Amino acid sequence: MNSIEVDHLTKKFGDFVAVNEISFQVREGEIFGFLGANGAGKTTAIKMMSGLLQPTSGKAIVAGYDVTTQAKLIKRNIGYMSQRFSLYNDLTVFENMQLFGTIYKIPRTELKQRIMDSLAALELTKQANLLVNSIPLGWKQKLAFATAILHKPKIVFLDEPTSGVDPIVRREFWNLIYQTASTGVTILVTTHYMDEAEYCHRISIMADGNIRLLGTPEELKQQVGVSTINDVFVEYVKH
Amino acid sequence: MEALSVQKVNKVYDKTVQALQDITFEIREGELFGLVGPDGAGKSTLFNILTTLLLPDSGEIRILGMDLINDYKLVRQEIGYLPGTFSLYPDLSVKENLDFFAVMYKSNIEENMDLIRPIWRQIEPFSKRKAGKLSGGMKQKLALCCALIHRPRILFLDEPTTGVDPVSRKEFWEILQTIKTQGITVLVSTPYMDEATLCDRIALIQNGKILGIDTPQSIIQHFKGTLYTFRSADIFSLLKALEDCPLQCNYYPYGEYCHIAFYEDMETAMPQFLQFLEEQGQEHGEIKPIQPSIEDCFIEIVKMHRHE
Repeated sequence: MNSIEVDHLTKKFGDFVAVNEISFQVREGEIFGFLGANGAGKTTAIKMMSGLLQPTSGKAIVAGYDVTTQAKLIKRNIGYMSQRFSLYNDLTVFENMQLFGTIYKIPRTELKQRIMDSLAALELTKQANLLVNSIPLGWKQKLAFATAILHKPKIVFLDEPTSGVDPIVRREFWNLIYQTASTGVTILVTTHYMDEAEYCHRISIMADGNIRLLGTPEELKQQVGVSTINDVFVEYVKH
Repeated sequence: MEALSVQKVNKVYDKTVQALQDITFEIREGELFGLVGPDGAGKSTLFNILTTLLLPDSGEIRILGMDLINDYKLVRQEIGYLPGTFSLYPDLSVKENLDFFAVMYKSNIEENMDLIRPIWRQIEPFSKRKAGKLSGGMKQKLALCCALIHRPRILFLDEPTTGVDPVSRKEFWEILQTIKTQGITVLVSTPYMDEATLCDRIALIQNGKILGIDTPQSIIQHFKGTLYTFRSADIFSLLKALEDCPLQCNYYPYGEYCHIAFYEDMETAMPQFLQFLEEQGQEHGEIKPIQPSIEDCFIEIVKMHRHE
């Protein structure tokens, strides 16, 4: 079954075509790498898929809902984590999760237990009452991810979740992504680290508002006749 | 002569956060020196100190023979700085921004045009556009022009390529190489390990401490383990299985491969390892020795510091 179905999705800002009739599907439980150059239209496409921005034309069904008519239901059924750290520094770890859990209307009777389970899985139980400000960046990224999936969304959008993170934490983060996907959650992730593209089930490469390539990392390397995704990228996104 | 000499620099924020701890290094004139480490390592704090914007708690810094703290006004004339966050005037045009920075340094655009021409040529078609309306890559090129317009002797670049796509990153490093040929000393920071190999020398930094300084080649030569690479049908099942591996080793995914560094006598360890994989029912491709990358070295060094 498909979690995301995008059909000729387009966004224009005046004369500028930010996203140009893109079409693709993402399966349930799939880790889909959404790659592209800066300014290629990735963020605009993600905003449309997450119900934050209305498309100019075309269609997208996300978690079974139509982005043009059911944006509210989409927001309730997806998780989102952005490149810039999105938690409140002056709240504690627990308070942050409580805040987002409440916004997503997780029943109060359940919320505390769910937060404690989530923190236990990350081995952050001892840090529950520390201000987010005071914990290392690597933990913050994992915490932001745990917060984004606290309401058990069907799909998580991760926008450059590992930007600037050290090589060890980057790998720990991908381990979390894999664990989450293995429970049936669909992951759509953007990254500028090309080794991470290799961890995805399938990837797409966008340039100038179009999807130029789409397939498994192996397929794309064979198609282009190179040995790494970095080479595929450079070949297709020449300026 | 040393362009920059940093001796035992310390900085503590809010009496508790040790941002920098005994930072000591030297940069030779004309060198392209890389400060490589993740967010939160202390890179920006160090840049703010070296560019006279922040006082260290202790330590001594000499820059082009001057004392950084006492001679800060003179130092400012000789350095260029590209901060980690966009810091041009978004409501001024591209040309106005460049003019502004040239005038601030009592110069004009024409005087040093030869230095910035290769970069300027790429943004000149947009010279009337407001800087705030430029794309990310263009903003970065304009910021670099503004940092160079007074022909500094040392250029400080704080994470110029973070969040930048691989093609633009490659272009930016080509520009840095041309700046270096002009005799300008460059200190550049980056969280991308692959960029480290493009520097003359690098310092690896984590948690406010320098973990090692050397040429990239020499850091690679000093890798302590014996590194192998191989493919697996299911890399995450493999990594899970390796948790029970009885050998002294360090393993992690590396793109489509698994890298494993052994700290053992390989003649006996490799047969044991192959047997272990077999017992675990792990299917795998050929296990080949491989030369470590800077990323492998960084992982090894950080893990060793964790155990200390």
